[in-house]
Amino acid sequence: MSIATLLMFTPWPAVSAGILLMLLVAALYLARDTAHQAIHTAAAALARGLRLASRSVTHAKERLAARNREVLLAAGREAKERIVEREFARVGDTVRKDLAGYPDMHRRLSAAIQRIEEDQQKAVEVPPEAPGWAEAVKIVADLDARNAGAEILADIHKSMVKAHAEAMDDYRKASGERHALLRRMMPDWRLIHETLGRVNKSVESVIGRSQAIDRHMEEYEAIVRGEDRAVSVLSSSSIVYFFISALVLAVATAGTAVNFTLIARPMAEMVGGTNYIGAYRTADIAALVIIMVEISMGLFLMESLRITRLFPVIGALTDKIRVRMVITTFVILLLMASIEAGLAYMREVLLLDEMATNALLRGDNTASLVNAHLWITTAAQMGMGFVLPFALVFVAIPLETFVHSLRTVVGLIGIAMLHTLALLLRLLGNASRHLGVLAQRIYDLPLCVPLWIETRMHAAAREAVNAHGPMKPKSWKEART
Amino acid sequence: MRRLLLVGAALALAACAPSAPRNTGVYLLVDTSGSYNRQVKKAEQITLYALSRLQSADSIAVARIDTGSFTEKDIIAKATFDDRPSTANQQKRAFASRVERFIDQSAPAPYTDITGGLLQAIEFLNEKHPARKEILILSDMKEELAKGYVRDIPLDFKGFDVVALNVTKLRADNFDPRQYLNRLDEWRTRVEKGGGHWRVINDLDRLDGLL
Repeated sequence: MSIATLLMFTPWPAVSAGILLMLLVAALYLARDTAHQAIHTAAAALARGLRLASRSVTHAKERLAARNREVLLAAGREAKERIVEREFARVGDTVRKDLAGYPDMHRRLSAAIQRIEEDQQKAVEVPPEAPGWAEAVKIVADLDARNAGAEILADIHKSMVKAHAEAMDDYRKASGERHALLRRMMPDWRLIHETLGRVNKSVESVIGRSQAIDRHMEEYEAIVRGEDRAVSVLSSSSIVYFFISALVLAVATAGTAVNFTLIARPMAEMVGGTNYIGAYRTADIAALVIIMVEISMGLFLMESLRITRLFPVIGALTDKIRVRMVITTFVILLLMASIEAGLAYMREVLLLDEMATNALLRGDNTASLVNAHLWITTAAQMGMGFVLPFALVFVAIPLETFVHSLRTVVGLIGIAMLHTLALLLRLLGNASRHLGVLAQRIYDLPLCVPLWIETRMHAAAREAVNAHGPMKPKSWKEART
Repeated sequence: MRRLLLVGAALALAACAPSAPRNTGVYLLVDTSGSYNRQVKKAEQITLYALSRLQSADSIAVARIDTGSFTEKDIIAKATFDDRPSTANQQKRAFASRVERFIDQSAPAPYTDITGGLLQAIEFLNEKHPARKEILILSDMKEELAKGYVRDIPLDFKGFDVVALNVTKLRADNFDPRQYLNRLDEWRTRVEKGGGHWRVINDLDRLDGLL
């Protein structure tokens, strides 16, 4: 039924429209309470649902945060354990090294001290003997001069001079010997000084390490206690590690690309240049597989050396098997590197062949001239082919860091996303409630006239009630009659 | 788990399935008739250009157009390049020298059987199953058949690119250019009717669009 037909039930469309409008307003007015309730219920249900969803998202966020915190603390605990373990190992090494040399050092020190003591004993200065003639000279001097004392005195003087000269000689000789002994003591003093210096250095190193261990232990305890500060530090460290390791991995990826370029062309000689697996050339896939195998071997090598701990199984192997694994992976890596060097050389040969063919096809004779310094690029390519596989071994370290920090970073991103989602849901819940109120107001908009009348009537009724006093409630029996 | 295994097996099989061909097949027809024999030297330029563009597993053949061209005897050189790039390079060099020898020794033919040459080209390229089939015709496109040769045959050019190269104008074309235009138009109609794609390149210094 079209609007035109609707307006035809009276001869005047305007009148028909007016009547219809009045009927519509009346219908809306009569259904107002029900419509308001429906709008309110719908809006409230939507708001409740959204609030519920927001709450559950918040719970999920809290769970994720708790899990992330646990992961962070566990990772931090493990890292600290490794650091403390390494510090203890270093202290152990220092102590073992020094203690192993201690008996020898003690023996050398004792010998040096003994030698010094002996030399010192020998070097004790003996005062020159006082001439025993003094008393005799006094007695002779008291004798009568007439009894030819002068001659005796002269003899005594002579003997004394002689004895003095002999005593001086002895004294000089003894001093010389003492000085020689003191000179001999010098190396021993130096030995003692050096030995004690080494001991001092070792002790200082141990003290420094023990201070570092103390610091790490404090941090470890904070992590074990699950302190917020520790979590915050670990979280920020994790993000920093994530970006640094991602950067290093990007560099490694560039290295892989260079490596790939070096071996992809000669691989076409081995597996054919026109075979495809899916949309990719078999030669390219083969080159990529070789690089991936090299990276895998590098990972195993690093694991076997216990530098990384990505595979607990390898870390748990006995030392004997681990050493065998180190040797095996290294040999495979060496072979791969040699193959790559060969392929890099082959690449250069193929390139020259292709250049010569293209020059011939172009009719360019000058291009066939061989560059005398071409061996430099050939050698450089071979060198790169040999070195890059070994360089890629070290990818294991940033990879481990990346994997470990990725868990935390993904967790943090998840938390942020859930937080935003919860906020959004809450906002939508509130908005739906307000939209319900707005819908009620919009519903009332065409009913402004009847609502105005209703308000006036209510006001009049209130005035009447106020004028006649409050009405007494009737009993139910009166009401019935 | 079983579903996962099935999906994995299906993916592996799909990866191992032989992929669609990606190679190119080129057949160069060289007109050796009296009216065009002076242009034959340009065949070397085109051959070298084609060789420089082709890769491993691509095929190429150079054949002459003479009195009766629907025969293998008119194929001067043909090759399908090896998988290994180094061998393919050797093949290219050998191919170039064979074509060079032919050009040095080429003798003019009394008639021009272009249709026979095209039939031979279609047969050769269809046997090779390349992904892209190119027939290059170095000719003035003026067909002159000897008595007894039937060439009123519909040609199936489905999947073929036919490129007429260095289509020279004859003396009669200078008097009436409509003859030249009509000749080219007839060939275009014939190729397109057969399901092929027709092109004309007269400037041999600008072969960039070719292959």
